[in-house]
Amino acid sequence: MIRAVIVINDQGKPRLVKFYDYQPVEKQQEIIRNIYSVLCSRAENVSNFVQDSTFGPDTRLAYKTFATLYFIVIFDDSENELAILDLMQVFVETLDKCFSNVCELDIVFNFNKVHTILDEIILGGQVVEMSSSEVVKAVDEISWLEKNPNSTARVPKSISGWQGR
Amino acid sequence: MNPFSSETRLRDMIRAIRACKTAAEERAVVRKECASIRAAVSDNDNDYRHRNLAKLMFIHMLGYPTHFGQMECLKLIAAPGFPEKRIGYLGLMLLLDERQEVLMLVTNSLKQDLNHTNQYIVGLALCALGNISSAEMARDLAPEVERLLQFRDPNVRKKAALCSIRIIKKVPDLAENFVNPVASLLKEKHHGVLLTAIQLCADLCTVSEEALEYFRKKCTEGLVKVLKDAVNSPYAPEYDISGISDPFLQIRLLRILRILGHGDADASDLMNDILAQVATKTESNKNAGNAILYECVETIMSIEDSGGLRVLAINILGRFLSNRDNNIRYVALNMLMKAISVDGQAVQRHRATILECVKDSDASIRKRALELVYLLVNETNVKPLTKELIDYLEVSDQDFKGDLTAKICSIVEKLSPEKIWYIDQMLKVLCEAGNYVKDEVWHGLIVVITNASNLHGYTVRSLYRAIQTSGDQEAVVRVAVWCIGEYGDLLVNNIGVLELEEPITVTENDAVDVIEVAIKRHTSDLTTRAMCLTALLKLSSRFPSCSQRIKDIVNQSKGSLLLELQQRSIEFDSIIEKHQNLRSALVERMPVLDEATYSGRRAGSLPAAVSTSQGNPLQIPNGVHKTAAPLLDLLDLSADDPAPQSSSGPNFLQDLLGGDILSSVSQSGTTQPQKSGADVLLDLLSTGSSLAQNGSSTADILSISQDNKNKTSVNALDSLSSSMANSAQSLPASSIMDLLDGFGPSPTVPNDNGPAYPPLVAFESSSLSLVFNFSKQPGSPHITQIEANFTNKSSDIYTDFIFQAAVPKKSLVMRIRISYKLNNKDMLEEGQISNFPRDL
Repeated sequence: MIRAVIVINDQGKPRLVKFYDYQPVEKQQEIIRNIYSVLCSRAENVSNFVQDSTFGPDTRLAYKTFATLYFIVIFDDSENELAILDLMQVFVETLDKCFSNVCELDIVFNFNKVHTILDEIILGGQVVEMSSSEVVKAVDEISWLEKNPNSTARVPKSISGWQGR
Repeated sequence: MNPFSSETRLRDMIRAIRACKTAAEERAVVRKECASIRAAVSDNDNDYRHRNLAKLMFIHMLGYPTHFGQMECLKLIAAPGFPEKRIGYLGLMLLLDERQEVLMLVTNSLKQDLNHTNQYIVGLALCALGNISSAEMARDLAPEVERLLQFRDPNVRKKAALCSIRIIKKVPDLAENFVNPVASLLKEKHHGVLLTAIQLCADLCTVSEEALEYFRKKCTEGLVKVLKDAVNSPYAPEYDISGISDPFLQIRLLRILRILGHGDADASDLMNDILAQVATKTESNKNAGNAILYECVETIMSIEDSGGLRVLAINILGRFLSNRDNNIRYVALNMLMKAISVDGQAVQRHRATILECVKDSDASIRKRALELVYLLVNETNVKPLTKELIDYLEVSDQDFKGDLTAKICSIVEKLSPEKIWYIDQMLKVLCEAGNYVKDEVWHGLIVVITNASNLHGYTVRSLYRAIQTSGDQEAVVRVAVWCIGEYGDLLVNNIGVLELEEPITVTENDAVDVIEVAIKRHTSDLTTRAMCLTALLKLSSRFPSCSQRIKDIVNQSKGSLLLELQQRSIEFDSIIEKHQNLRSALVERMPVLDEATYSGRRAGSLPAAVSTSQGNPLQIPNGVHKTAAPLLDLLDLSADDPAPQSSSGPNFLQDLLGGDILSSVSQSGTTQPQKSGADVLLDLLSTGSSLAQNGSSTADILSISQDNKNKTSVNALDSLSSSMANSAQSLPASSIMDLLDGFGPSPTVPNDNGPAYPPLVAFESSSLSLVFNFSKQPGSPHITQIEANFTNKSSDIYTDFIFQAAVPKKSLVMRIRISYKLNNKDMLEEGQISNFPRDL
């Protein structure tokens, strides 16, 4: 199971923090600080996996660097490490499609939308959907509903069926 | 309404926080925002609740406490509009967790939302439930979720499946309700639903045995077919990742097949073909392909063996190992560790590559490879492997050295074929990385050194050379100082030279030089300096010509601010100066430290009272409350009083000054000194009446000190203090002089539990009789307590009464010597007691 998804920038500021495995706030911040100190001392062309007991027993960490951000996924033994790398790729591609050429500021100012996207991909620590086009479709729907909240009450069953889910 | 909060949009707040230059500024801004949000919360402000919660979530992400916003989440969730609900659920997932009781209040809203017509609202509810539900909520809402597994919309179905995973994790009893719906979900076409259904199936199998059996029988074939379709499917753009269609699905399928096939031959048969196909056909130039191959290899390793597949799997791993991509190598090393238990031989073939990985520039790979090497080492390859590892030790990074050293030491310890090789390797490691070596390691080295009696000369000469070159490694200094002290005569007189040694001349002064340097160096810590002092004492006896010089060096520590050093130097100085007659006996060669008990003691801790001796018959003296302190009672008591048991004074002494000191002191009488014969016993006994007292005081002092090479000393110290407490004897802590003048009686607690043995008249003469009473403690049958009763048969008064006893290791005899003053005339009686009860 995936224990956490964290996005921090290259100065250690958290941009997205989601723990699927309950941790008190201080522990969360401590984990983030530990991760940052481990990651900034890693060289360029090493593997993307880190195993360290500070993140918890039997857990390891995969990370990918995109521009100024580190995308980090903490997971345990039951996940395939190489698949997690692909998962991060899918996540970033989806972000890219939703925000067109996403950059760090997009994530900072639209963190609820980023959370929504993440919730479409990972639920309860398991992967729910890995096709980025499906996720984008769902997120667009949700955004439309946000902008037209009154239509929620009026959407009958037939129309949602018509929209081809 | 507080104007500040309601008008500041989320965006503006974020900008304000980002504009802060210092942490203090940021805290101030956040504090102000929190204050206004709190005001809005208490005002029950509806309009900006949405915005306030969004702000709270941002603040929470930065790490500040936000619990006052929890009720806001609930209110938002209960609102009818979609945006409110969405933010409410998001806040719920971030700010709350399953332990809060507030969560129970949400159950009702969740139930309503799970029944909503709008699928996105249903999705929100499922998402929240799947992320943070508690056990009670899970139980309440499980029927809703079950129903949703068959909802018309696949998005909802897939979320319901994952939500169910959490439900069965929280409430395993509900697992059986989900088995049937899952079986039908496994036939879905929609990839998302299929993926989640497989995950749910996997979790069901781990939670419940019946579910596992059911799926194994009914669904294995279906799943194999699905995998076949997935592997052979044509290009599908929405699921394509770098040319492979839906690798996630394939990986999950492989995993569920692993779970189903593990331990079951029939199921494994069904999978063989498809596994072989995946293993051979998947392209391995992209990460996705490698991920699939990795999963496939794991599955092959876990299911029942079918010959060819295992070979295929190990070959794939071999290919991975030589891949240039670090991730692949990391993953391969991981897999090989699991494969060792399955097929160790095959993994051995890749040993050379793995050894290369230990030297890799990537820290994660190095760590993995080192663990793997540790698992691979066995008696045949231990020598070359250790050589490689030690060579690498010299060039490795600082942060890696600690791990590497620990692993090398444990390999050497476990598998060394002969002692000389062990000593050599350990010396190399100590010279290279002595500062990273833990205490047990060099303690163990010393134990081994004492056991290798033919190598003493070689060892001490190697150490002498080593300390010249690597004097900055603390461990080297300690071991060298101890050995030079102990075997200094071998060093100087070139005794026991092996053919492979180069000749070296070391004079007595050179040896003393080494120790002087060690004690004077400012980096030496307390333990090292204390050990140096002891070594100097030993050398002062072995090299009488240097005695004056040694005395001067020892004197320099007299004024030390460290109590330990001061105490030692004063006492040793006193011994050197005034007690030359007992000095040589004090510092005789140490007995061999018992390796087996030492390693046993290290492996599992030894409580003070348990004796781990392997049925050594001569437990008696050690089982007895030792220390010469009891003797002091005898000094001014009349001989009629029952006195605590005889102590093996000199034996005790031998142990004192070296390793297993207090083991003989404590009831765990493991190591006993070797006594070769009666003459030796007598020699020891002849070192004067003050010997025993010296013994006790030095025991006391040395026991407190850290002069011990074994970790056991610490245990033994505790046992000493506890045994002191047990026996309620007051061990005099004063100096030697005080002891000679006698000391007050100490209350004694003879133990007379356990089986009774007949009392033994140990010694009888015209003026004195000695009777031993035996008893055993109920919990420790191999320890016997002896209570010795002395009876003065004459009408005179005996003063300065001293009783000494010595025992050899092998046989159940005891030589005793009793000296006393009768009318100021020295009397001496000696005897041998050999009539101990057979079954003692």
